[in-house]
Amino acid sequence: MAGRRRRGPLAWLLPMGPALLLLLVFVAGPILWCLHTAFTNAAMSGAAARAPEYVGLDNFHRVLTDPELGQAVWLTVVFTVGSAVLGQNCLGMLLAVLLHRRHRVVRNVVGGTVVAAWVLPEIVAAFALQAFLTADGTLNAVLAALGLGGQDWLYSAPVLAVVLGNVWRGTAFSMLVYQAALAEVPTELVEAAQVDGAGPLRRFWHVVLPLLRRTVVTNLMLVTLQTVGVFTLVYVMTAGGPGTASQTLPLLMYERAFGFGEIGYGTTVAFVLLVVAGTFAAVYARGLREEV
Amino acid sequence: MLVRSGRRRAPAVAVHLVLALLALAFAAPLLWLFTASLDASAGARASVPRLTGAHFTAVLSWRSGGRPLWNGLLLCGGATALTVVSATLCAYPLSRYQLRFRRPLLYTLLLATGLPLTAIMVPVYGLFVRLDLIDSRVGTTVFLSATALPFAIWMTKNYLDGVPLELEEAAWTDGATPTRALRSVVLPLMAPGVAVVSTFVFVSLWGNFFVPFVLLLDPAKQPAAVGVLSYFGQRGMAAYGQLAAYSLVYTTPVVLLYLLVSRALGAGFSFAGAMRA
Repeated sequence: MAGRRRRGPLAWLLPMGPALLLLLVFVAGPILWCLHTAFTNAAMSGAAARAPEYVGLDNFHRVLTDPELGQAVWLTVVFTVGSAVLGQNCLGMLLAVLLHRRHRVVRNVVGGTVVAAWVLPEIVAAFALQAFLTADGTLNAVLAALGLGGQDWLYSAPVLAVVLGNVWRGTAFSMLVYQAALAEVPTELVEAAQVDGAGPLRRFWHVVLPLLRRTVVTNLMLVTLQTVGVFTLVYVMTAGGPGTASQTLPLLMYERAFGFGEIGYGTTVAFVLLVVAGTFAAVYARGLREEV
Repeated sequence: MLVRSGRRRAPAVAVHLVLALLALAFAAPLLWLFTASLDASAGARASVPRLTGAHFTAVLSWRSGGRPLWNGLLLCGGATALTVVSATLCAYPLSRYQLRFRRPLLYTLLLATGLPLTAIMVPVYGLFVRLDLIDSRVGTTVFLSATALPFAIWMTKNYLDGVPLELEEAAWTDGATPTRALRSVVLPLMAPGVAVVSTFVFVSLWGNFFVPFVLLLDPAKQPAAVGVLSYFGQRGMAAYGQLAAYSLVYTTPVVLLYLLVSRALGAGFSFAGAMRA
């Protein structure tokens, strides 16, 4: 575009400098350090804190043999697939489809309620969920009123509780994405299918969904990456417990690095977290490329 | 929609029933925030409150309520200003110049937008220990700013792409220096975009719990996002009334900003910039 006047490197380096510097020091630096430290025995105190030693693949050996970490990887995958891929994504699509072309009042009331859970700061949403699901919480009060027995959901079904909690909190994002996308679907196509006698389900499956493919994959990528690193919600609701029953990778990382002071091991867990996120991202990136 | 009458009435009823149930399910956990904050005998369950304003008065004392809010304002306000200024500066060459590394840089930024921030907090903590920046408000502000940058640069660049180059060229032809053209032609046209980016950055930083939780240990320096945790106390021992009241106080600015921006831009606004890959 430009090219009309010759520019030295200063023309871009000067304005872009501050942002690039910040990103290099505080984002790229820590990631590289993460890769490096994952191979040392750095700790918060003691000899290892002053002079971390290179321990080669020891940390990774621990990773592969540590049952807690194996469990954390599994729980992170369950949490991500359950709450983001299935929960938020499907419920968001369902809401968007059901709300499409409804009366303005219906859209505003239902949409507004769903969005409200999303606008709240994460920690406030987590408090609300904790109070809702705890032994003397609102859910059990409702169940009792219906003549059903309650339980302390955060103890008896911690994984389900955090999955549902994250669905509650995050569905609005997918809903908004799909609402915006549905508004762009050409009405003629849908009407043509209707004239040809296709029912609502077939119209959605064969006409609308193929048009939204790219949006779906992009949305899946975004919500998955947001969900893999969720800490606050789980920390407040179950703190990874009872025991380690809902200890996802971010919770394990926090406990090891800051609770036990094992920075090296905590960094290894962080590295595993990045690998899990990268794996998901690679799968979606493939989905995006295949289509073109 | 002529087809809708008659045969299709039953499904419409079913759809509205499903929507009503979903709305109820989404509203139910929220209800407690409002009842408990006003209830003299507040517990974990939402119930008709015995009205009291005591919780709000209690949480608005300086030490337990005011100071964390002020700290949050300093941290997030400072970081937002730093982010928006450096993002705008960075977005200009990305939008206007022919740079060889433009595409790779843009893709890297997009990738960084999706990076789970949690994963870098341990190394960042290590970095902060080495630089003696733990408990430093400036350090935390700068780090928060860096975390918001990829998204802010990406969004600002999209807004900047929407400002026609011809306007700038016209200003140059009229003898304005590039800097002058930038200041008096481009920036005013970008003002709405900058406002949206600022709001987004501020709202996301205001809600960020983990970063200040790890980097600021002194309660006198912690923002409201961390301060609110003190009402939660040990598990099961929460001061529920005050917890709910302070949660509402802490949430209010975010909701107001959200309403402001969504009013100004319509419901799909969040994705105008973000989803245009």
